[in-house]
Amino acid sequence: MTIGTLIRRAALAGVAAAALAATPAFAQKTKLTVYTALENDQLDPFKKAFEADNPTIEIAWVRDSTGVVAAKLIAEKDNPRADIIWGLAASNVGAMAAMGMLEPYTPAGAAALKPAFKSGKTPDTWIGMDAYLSVLCFNTAEAEKGKKPKPVSWADLTKPEYKDSIVMPNPASSGTGYLTVAAWLQTMGEEAGWKFMDALHQNIAQYIHSGSAPCVQAAKGERLIGIGLDTRGASEKTKGAPIELILPKEGLGSEMEVTAIVKGTKNLEAAKKLADWATTKKANELYAKTYPIVALPGVTNTPPNYPADIEKAMVKNDVEWMAKNRDRILAEWTKRYDGKSAPKK
Amino acid sequence: MSLSTPLTRVRASRDDLLMRAGVALLAVVLLLMVGLPLWSLLVKGFQDRDGNFVGLANYVSYFSTPALFNSALNSLHVAAVCTLIVVPIAFLYAYALTRAVLPLRWLFQGVALIPIFAPSLLPGLALIYLFGTQGFFKSWLGGGQIYGFEGIVIAQVFYCLPHAMMILVTALATADARLYEAADVLGASKLRVFFTVTLPGAKYGVISAALVVFTLVITDFGVAKVIGGNFNVLATDVYKQVIGQQNFSMGAVVGMVLLAPAALAFAVDRFVQRKQVALLTARAVPLVPRRKAGRDIFYTLFCTLVAAGILAILGMAVWSSFIKYWPYNLSLTWANYKFEAFDANGWDSYTNSLVMAAGAAIVGTALTFTGAWLTEKTRGFHLVRDLVRLLAFLPMAVPGLVLGLGYIFFFNAPANPLNFLYATMAILVINTVAHFYTVGHLTATTALKQIDPEFEAVSASLKVPIWRTFARVTAPICLPSILDVAVYLFVNAMTTVSSVIFLYSPDTKLASVAAVNIEEAGTTAAATALCVVIVVTSAAVKALHLLADRFVLGHLQAWRRR
Repeated sequence: MTIGTLIRRAALAGVAAAALAATPAFAQKTKLTVYTALENDQLDPFKKAFEADNPTIEIAWVRDSTGVVAAKLIAEKDNPRADIIWGLAASNVGAMAAMGMLEPYTPAGAAALKPAFKSGKTPDTWIGMDAYLSVLCFNTAEAEKGKKPKPVSWADLTKPEYKDSIVMPNPASSGTGYLTVAAWLQTMGEEAGWKFMDALHQNIAQYIHSGSAPCVQAAKGERLIGIGLDTRGASEKTKGAPIELILPKEGLGSEMEVTAIVKGTKNLEAAKKLADWATTKKANELYAKTYPIVALPGVTNTPPNYPADIEKAMVKNDVEWMAKNRDRILAEWTKRYDGKSAPKK
Repeated sequence: MSLSTPLTRVRASRDDLLMRAGVALLAVVLLLMVGLPLWSLLVKGFQDRDGNFVGLANYVSYFSTPALFNSALNSLHVAAVCTLIVVPIAFLYAYALTRAVLPLRWLFQGVALIPIFAPSLLPGLALIYLFGTQGFFKSWLGGGQIYGFEGIVIAQVFYCLPHAMMILVTALATADARLYEAADVLGASKLRVFFTVTLPGAKYGVISAALVVFTLVITDFGVAKVIGGNFNVLATDVYKQVIGQQNFSMGAVVGMVLLAPAALAFAVDRFVQRKQVALLTARAVPLVPRRKAGRDIFYTLFCTLVAAGILAILGMAVWSSFIKYWPYNLSLTWANYKFEAFDANGWDSYTNSLVMAAGAAIVGTALTFTGAWLTEKTRGFHLVRDLVRLLAFLPMAVPGLVLGLGYIFFFNAPANPLNFLYATMAILVINTVAHFYTVGHLTATTALKQIDPEFEAVSASLKVPIWRTFARVTAPICLPSILDVAVYLFVNAMTTVSSVIFLYSPDTKLASVAAVNIEEAGTTAAATALCVVIVVTSAAVKALHLLADRFVLGHLQAWRRR
């Protein structure tokens, strides 16, 4: 962009502002500040669809990765800048509910949603939108080169042939990492769970500080196997990566994206309108373009390159148990695997 | 020292009072920009998650985990190794630029600055393309892997080199030719001249450069995150606490631990400063290097080698930004440069970055240079001047994540009358100036230290107000350094991420942040493409600077030549 166009734009903006001020009859749009960790390419369609049904409201996104958005929301607690959260991990939003940061509200369409997608409080503190899983991304091209068999279960991953070829998110720095670990501990039981992770640790090349990076690394052939976000694996495959998404037969941990109104918002009415809209069929159809599992029963769409029947592979996940035991599990995990992380050769 | 403690107590002149008022104002500004935001975060280290005072409980629990000791040791280890590699290379390179006759000197000077133009994402990604599992030169590692200690060291050396070089060029650029002539006449050996004339003159610069590199490596988490593998350092510990677990109390504890190197650096700096004497006395004759075949060939080869290494990393990044799908489809495409497809803000974030960087360069240069001058030239008032020096040193030692969070707590507080700044472009500018204050301050101080206080003494005896001496003598002499600082602030503002990531609003998203977001979304090539756009922009600004420098040196600095 040239300086000329910049100046012209600034001048136009000035003229527009003056025109607005001069015509008080002109209906002012409510600017709704929405904090989100949705994918970048989802933002525009979501905004357009909502604003088409609510022409008096305009969405202004603040988007970043889950950890950054959560940290920002909590840091702004005493003087909230967000009106509403639309698309952030349930475990993070659950913690904010416990801190009293949310405005309880049960949206108009909540009754129709699957029970697992609701906070269980009356009125609801948050409402689920969709769910994602922590899957295995397996690079078939590299497997062929190295003559490595395809794993079908979590237990397979502890076999010596996968030494130094698996990456997973570090649970201390990634929500996906924590949900993966928590699912193992819940399905296998604590003792067997830790024993499994001890064995897995021998094959881990790296604990990465991100939930999406493992599948990207597997897709680019940096590593043979990545344990991480399903959507990222599917989208990499769509772009041409030689990977396969595997659902280990013991079952997988899952996490939800949710909507919640921020307590102290100056635009409560508009925020409620968005919370209502977020439960509609139209909204769920948008969610389903990226995620196969959404809150409204009957809305189904398997995005390209997703494994079929992914909803059946989900293990029952106790969100409250996850929140209550987080500090203890992370301390134990860090002691076992992070403290002795000498650089591997 | 003897200058500032006169034998008889003289009443403060009008100049003195003016200067002291200036220093006091500077102290207030720095407290608002650096001190109070940091304090509002670090105080959380003494609170539990609900904000109740718990004394040292967080410290006790952190220090009793074995992971801390491991991280601290790793941080010190990697920082020491990087410093020992970077400072000698940067010194030789700066020496070549200032004291030898190089062909295409301007080119070597420009190439060495490239790393500073690049977001820290770029060297990490380029090294993975070069030495990763699918990398071209993987065999060079002899079965080892780039993820871990070696990767961090290579990427940090790349990243820190220009920072050190910039300080050392300033330190070596002003030399008094008479000293070398005298040594020559007296028949001193080259080695002896080096150790008795060159090194003492540049000592302050060498130590500053070492301190800057050491603290940069300790506090940077970007490189460690991308290429660090399982090699834990303190900066990634902050990331785990703040971003991974939203545990600000523990994040504050690690942030406080990270301040230790800064405290050390501050102490060392004060000690060295006391011994530094002015190099460029009022009677000094500037040194102009003369041709000397053997030396010139050696330095040309050395600079070529360093420049080739830098260009290899940049070249890999540029190439990869055109690749369709690494490593399985190497055909080339422009698609990665259509940023609208990867980020809702598209090219707007790039425009925002330009505005922000220009703002930071103008505001920051004025503040750091005037600030350094006030701190150096004010007489007496030691307590406030030391406070200013301490505040100028702090930002370098603070990880961006800590500073950014501190800004939220301080500027977003309902009771803070400044909270109208929050979520504006202004706060991004203020935050960036604060974040990069230290190197600007050190560069300006190094330049000022080399000017003989006699200039001021003469002006004072001629009853010229001190601010006129500042505008007519001091600033013009230091103009090359002033331009250096401005460009330094501009290019860093183009690449900064860790602090501003907490502070941008829907209308003020920056290109550097967008690059990180795009990389996190898995579209590595597009992220690299945006990094390349940032590099090209900063390189263009630097080219303008070099042209301006030539003009400035040609006209205003004519007195430096014989």
